[in-house]
Parts: sequence; structure tokens; C-alpha cells
Amino acid sequence: MEEKQDSEKRNFFSILLEEISKSSLTIIILAIFTGLVLGGILAAGTTQEIYEAFDESFSTGITESLKFIWETYSSLFIGSVGNPSKMFSALFSGDSQEIRSAFKPFLESLVVTTPYLLTGVAVALAFQAGVFNIGGEGQLFMGSIMAGWAGWTFKGLPSIIHVPLALSIGILAGALWGFIPGWLKAKTGSHEVINTIMMNYIAFNLSQYLIIGPFQDPNESFKTRFVEESARLWRFFEDPLRLHVGFIIAIVVAILVWYVLYKTTWGFEFRIVGLNPNAAKYAGINSSLITILALTISGAIAGLAGAIEMLGVNFRAVQSLTTGYGFDAIAIALLAKNHPLWVIVTAMLFGFMRQGSRVMQINTGIPIDIISILQGFILFFIAAPAIIRTIYRLKEPKQTEITPQLSGPGEKL
Amino acid sequence: MEESTLIKKKKFQKAETTKTRQRIMGIVFLAIGLFIWFVLSATTPPEAQTLFVMTPGGSSVISPDLKFNSLIVLNFMAGLCVALGIFQIIKGFGKYTNIVLVLVGLMLTVSFLAWAASGTSINVGGMLRIMLMRSIPIVLGALSGILCERAGVVNIAIEGMMITGALVGAMMGSLFGLWAGVVAAIFAGGLIAVVHAVLSIKYKVDQIISGTIINIFTIGLTSYIVTKILQEREWQYLNESGIFMPVSIPILSKIPYIGPILFNHNIFVYSMYILVIVMTIALFQTRWGLRMRAVGEHPKAADTLGINVFRIRYVAVILGGMLAGFAGSYFSLGSAGYFNQSMTAGRGFIGLAAMIFGNWTPVGSFGAGLLFGFAESLATNLALLRFPIPSEILLMVPYILTMIVLAGVVGRSRGPAAAGTPYEKESL
Repeated sequence: MEEKQDSEKRNFFSILLEEISKSSLTIIILAIFTGLVLGGILAAGTTQEIYEAFDESFSTGITESLKFIWETYSSLFIGSVGNPSKMFSALFSGDSQEIRSAFKPFLESLVVTTPYLLTGVAVALAFQAGVFNIGGEGQLFMGSIMAGWAGWTFKGLPSIIHVPLALSIGILAGALWGFIPGWLKAKTGSHEVINTIMMNYIAFNLSQYLIIGPFQDPNESFKTRFVEESARLWRFFEDPLRLHVGFIIAIVVAILVWYVLYKTTWGFEFRIVGLNPNAAKYAGINSSLITILALTISGAIAGLAGAIEMLGVNFRAVQSLTTGYGFDAIAIALLAKNHPLWVIVTAMLFGFMRQGSRVMQINTGIPIDIISILQGFILFFIAAPAIIRTIYRLKEPKQTEITPQLSGPGEKL
Repeated sequence: MEESTLIKKKKFQKAETTKTRQRIMGIVFLAIGLFIWFVLSATTPPEAQTLFVMTPGGSSVISPDLKFNSLIVLNFMAGLCVALGIFQIIKGFGKYTNIVLVLVGLMLTVSFLAWAASGTSINVGGMLRIMLMRSIPIVLGALSGILCERAGVVNIAIEGMMITGALVGAMMGSLFGLWAGVVAAIFAGGLIAVVHAVLSIKYKVDQIISGTIINIFTIGLTSYIVTKILQEREWQYLNESGIFMPVSIPILSKIPYIGPILFNHNIFVYSMYILVIVMTIALFQTRWGLRMRAVGEHPKAADTLGINVFRIRYVAVILGGMLAGFAGSYFSLGSAGYFNQSMTAGRGFIGLAAMIFGNWTPVGSFGAGLLFGFAESLATNLALLRFPIPSEILLMVPYILTMIVLAGVVGRSRGPAAAGTPYEKESL
């Protein structure tokens, strides 16, 4: 009797284990874990104190390295989420001032997440229709600068009109930047990857010109004017906390895109074009129209991201180098397997890492750029799951693995 | 019978589109001519003189300067453009259209310079010399792209390979000398290309995704190393490589006009000349080149003929990566003398644009690289002249031109058919 139960139990566990080892979620978690381990080794390997510890003896070296890696990642956590003990004590004390300061890192991370979330959804949406939008950066730039223009040009408008107006102008600018490569692809067949990259540089040079030219603040060079009070996005808390309504807008957009893609005929056509252009053609779907729409809407969402950054966080444009959102957005979409709802999760992962890395740099001297390295490692393993399977001796799934592809479908996780 | 009418119809359509293209081109020529006439000539005083200084600064070989009456030259250029435009609309230059287009573009540029410098002088020799230097990373990047794409692998990681090459070149150059830096940079580029090759050929990861991952990773890693190590004072000696000095070629550099502009550079320019020639021969005259192009166009057919598709692709991608690494070392060892995170500034992507512009041929990409280099050179010179166009707008021109070319307005530009698709060997 007992024996039988035991074998049943083992059976259950072995089935569970097998299921886990086949699941693509496991691959993602293991990829993140492996990436963090490699990033930790790199961080320790470039720190002088670790070498000094190894000079003393091998075991102190190892313990010092582990301590260092722990410190690095825990300060990354504290910087992005907050100090758990402080958060608890603040909650128990009930002092609103204390609560605000304890939860500040978390709320700030949400602010950083917002553009990631929108650009990630933008790239994922285009991916689902089989087009690759590398132009998120340029669309964001244009959305940002044009929303800013609407923000400081119109004066005396009530907030309820000014904010939507400025946001829509940003959206239109981004949409235009997406429409051009989409139209070119549909009409002439020229590849959207090259065209969106070109549009990035055009947007970059154009916005630089606008910032130091027509839009320049008369009193301060290399910067634009500030957007009017009436065009600024509503904030949830008092001043040091910057969490604004844009985060909610971003979540709503992600859910909306998910609903349209998965619950409407129109979204189905979108995905069919991405999954199998030939099938789409025989089903009578106008795939060139879908291509144009996909890039235009994608551009519009990226433009919205820029507009929200301008009206919610920056309030003015400053002559600068690229922000890197465009390329990170591709990573976010890939990690989420182009599913808009998963983009919320992966965008938060990136946003929290970006926010936390600042604290990490102060505490441990590890530069912010480690985040890009971690992203590179993680994406590398997710793109080639076979490597992860070899490392952890996981079984091949019987079905063919759906890896993110150019014409990749949004796999339901 | 039906088929023959269909073919006729298609032929008719094709003739119709070439006819439209011919007219559009003619109108473009005409418009350029009228622009020179009504905008440039009209705003130039009749007695103004333009001085083109043809000797680059610091050159020992003196080329005589060109001095001319601005208005006469402008009117001449305008008239010629208008004449070419009218001929193009009525009769058409046929297959020479693109050559005429280049000619008209050159005339527009010369007119522009003559107009902007009317009453003063402009160092055209120096500008051309800088153009050549600015075009090095673009042309080498384009050659790297050609190698990969001709074998059927899209490589948008050229930027990442370049920035790695620049960093490794600077560090190894500081430690072991300039030549060691170059070798190390080539090696580093090749190493990253191995990752790209394994991901995209063995694991069949989407090539654009693989390239994007490499770009994210390398840009992060180089920036990390700079902030963590090179910015510390005790490690600063790792980032002081210095640069290759110009070597003038004995007889060629003495030729007036051409010599100081073309043959008084450091090794990177000469390498560029040699690589363009070698690549052209290798691609179009050797068995290896034929095989590579076959793999890029139709891998299955190539495989049937016993060509090892995977091996050809691996070799091409790794060679391409080495070229990109070499291109990167130009930034640190050929131009700046140290590494700086923003030094590549998207040149890898412009290289890809030059590749498309040059229709996936080394010579064409060289021409495109020169054009893009000229735009950069002009943009840096703008401050000296009172140009009405801001440099940012001018720097947009290469990108816009690339999109126009890619859209097929200026003749058809078509890449290798199999570029971007992983090859799956069918089991027997």
C-alpha cells in the first residue's frame, strides 16, 4: 500500500519535472538566472578588491566574490524595488512621509518602466504582423519633440484639452515615422529594417536641429523651452515622486493591443499576416494594408511613449545622444514572445533594472552598463534555447520549439 | 495565345514604367538646373570671385588654386543641367541615366560650393581629403556587410563589431604597439562574428535578432569597460594608443591635385583601396566568390552541387566580422588615438546603407561611402562658410538618399535572394 503511494508520488513529481523542463517559461527563468550568474562573474572579475582577496587565499577570494555579487544584486534590488525592512516599518508606522520615501524606488521604477512598456508593445505589435520595427527610437524622438512643441506653443488652454492635444500630436508624429517605412515596404518592397534604421537617424538629426534651432529656449542654449503647466501629465503624489498618469495609459494601451490582437477579427488578420503571409493572401487579406497599418500603429505607440516622457517627466528636450529605448524595446518584445500582456512584465523587469542600476553604481561602483550586458546574456540564451538545454540537461520538447522569429507569432505562455 | 498577350502586356507595362522613370529623372535634372539658375545665380553678384584652394592643409605638394568668376560658372552649370534635363525628357540617356545623374549631382555640389564661397575661398582639397578619411569606416563596414549578405547572412551587428574593434584596438595598441592593436581588433571582430555565425547558422536564430543582441551586448560591454576601467587614473595608460602617421606614396603623392588628396594618408586609406579591389576580384572572378554568391542566392541549388553551404557561410561571416573589427580600429588607431564610447556613432549602420546604395558591390559601396563621407566632410566645414543649411539637415541627406535608392526610384537595388533565411539541410 505504502509502496504504491510512493511510486504514484514519484510519478507525479517526475511528470511535473518533465513538464517544467519542457516549458518555455523554464527556459526563460533559467536564461535570466544564467545571465545573472555570468553578469555577476563579470562584475567580480573587473573589480580590484576581488583580485586582492584572491591573492590572500583562494577561499577568501571565493567568499569575497560571492559577497560582492550578493551586494551588487541586492543593491540593484533595493534601488529598484526598495528596502523591504524599511517598507514594512514605514507601513506599520503609518506615517505618510515615511511611506512615500520607502516606496520611492518602486514608484520611480514604474516611471522608468513606462516608455519601455509602450515601445515594447509597439515592437511586439509590429512583430505579430511580421514586420520588424527597429525604428522605435526615432518614433519616440519625434513623438517627444512634437508633443513638446504642442506643449509650449499653445497657451491658455485648459489642461483637459491641452494634454490630449499634445499627446495626439506626439502620436501623429510617431505614426508618420512608422507610416513611411510601412508604406515603402508595401509599395516598393524595400526592407523595413533598413528603412526604420534610416528613419531613426533622420529623426535624430531633425530633433537635434529643432532643439538648437527653431525650438531653442531664448534664454538657454541647447535646450528647448518648458512645456506649459497645462500640458503636463497629472501626477499621483507630491513632488519628489514622479509617478504620473502615463503609466496607467501605458498599461491600458498594452491591454487594448492584446484585446485587439487576440479577440477581434481584425487582430486575427494581423496575426495571420505575421504567421503565414501566403495563407493570408489566399484568405483574401490585404496584407500590404496590414503591413502599413502595423508599422503606423507601432510608430504611433512609440510616439505616445515619447510624448508621455516629455509631458510627464522631462518637460523639455535637451540636446543629447540616443536613449537606447528603441533597441531595448526589441529585447523586451522578444523576452515577452511578442505577447502584449507579457510585455508588461518584461518591461517592468527592464525598467526596474534600469532604475536600480543607479543605486548599484553608487554602492558598488559597477557601471549602469552592466544592465545591457545582462540583457545581452539573457537574450542570447532565450534566442538559442538549445544552449540552455545543453547546460541544464533539459529534454527537447516533442513539439517544435516556437522561438521568436521575424514573422514570429505571439506564443501564449 | 493568352500567355503571349500576357507577356506582351507585361512588356508594355515594363516599358511604361521605364518611360515614367525617364521622365521623372529628366524633370529632376531640369529642376536642379533651374534651382542653380534662379536661386544660386540670382543671389550672386556678377563680379564675385570664388577661390577653390586645392592644396590640403599641411601638404608639401602644392597644387595650383582654382580662381574663377562665380556667376559665369553657376550659369554654365545651370545651362548644362537644363540641357541634360531636356534631352532626358525627350530622348533619354537609356542605360547611362545613372551616370548622368551622378554628373548632375556633382555639378549641383560644385555650384553649391562656388555659390557659398563666392567672394571668399574654400579649401576644396582639404575637404576632399577629409571626405576620404570619413568614408573609411563606412566603406569597410559596407564591405563587411557585402561579405556576409552575399553568403546569405544579414549582419546588422557591424556597429557592435566596430565598437569592439575600436576598444580592443585602443587597449592593445596602448600596450603592445599600433600594429598589435590592429591585429587584436581584427581578431575581436572575428570573435564576435563567430557568435553571430553560430547563432544564425547553427541555431538558426533570426539573423536580425542575433545582430540586435550582439549590438546591445557589445555596446554595453564597451561602455562598461570604459567606465569601470579606462576612466580610472591608474588604468588610463590603457587608452593612449596614438595613431598611425600618414605615409605618402613615393611617386603617386607628387601628382598635383590627386596626389595630396589620395596618396598621403595612413595605412587605413590604402587598405581601403586594396580591399575594394581584392573584394571585387574575389567576389566576381574567383571560384570562391562564385560559390559564395550561389550560397547567397540559392543555397539549396548550391548544396546540390556539393558546395558546403554552412562552411561558406561561416567563413564569410567571420571574415566580415574581421573586416568590421578592422574598420573599428580606424576610429581609435587611425583617427583619434584613444577610445571613446560615442566614436562609432552609427557608422556601422551607415555602412549597411552604403552597401545597399552600392547595390551589394564593393566598387558601388566605395562610391556610396565617398558620397556619405562627403556629406560628413561638408557638415564639418559648414561653420566656416555662411551656409544657409544647418549641418544636422545636411547629415540627414545620406539616410534619405538610401531610402530613395532602396525604394527603387534610382534603378533597382536588389540584395542576395537568400539573405536573412537560415539554411536547413534536408535529410535524405
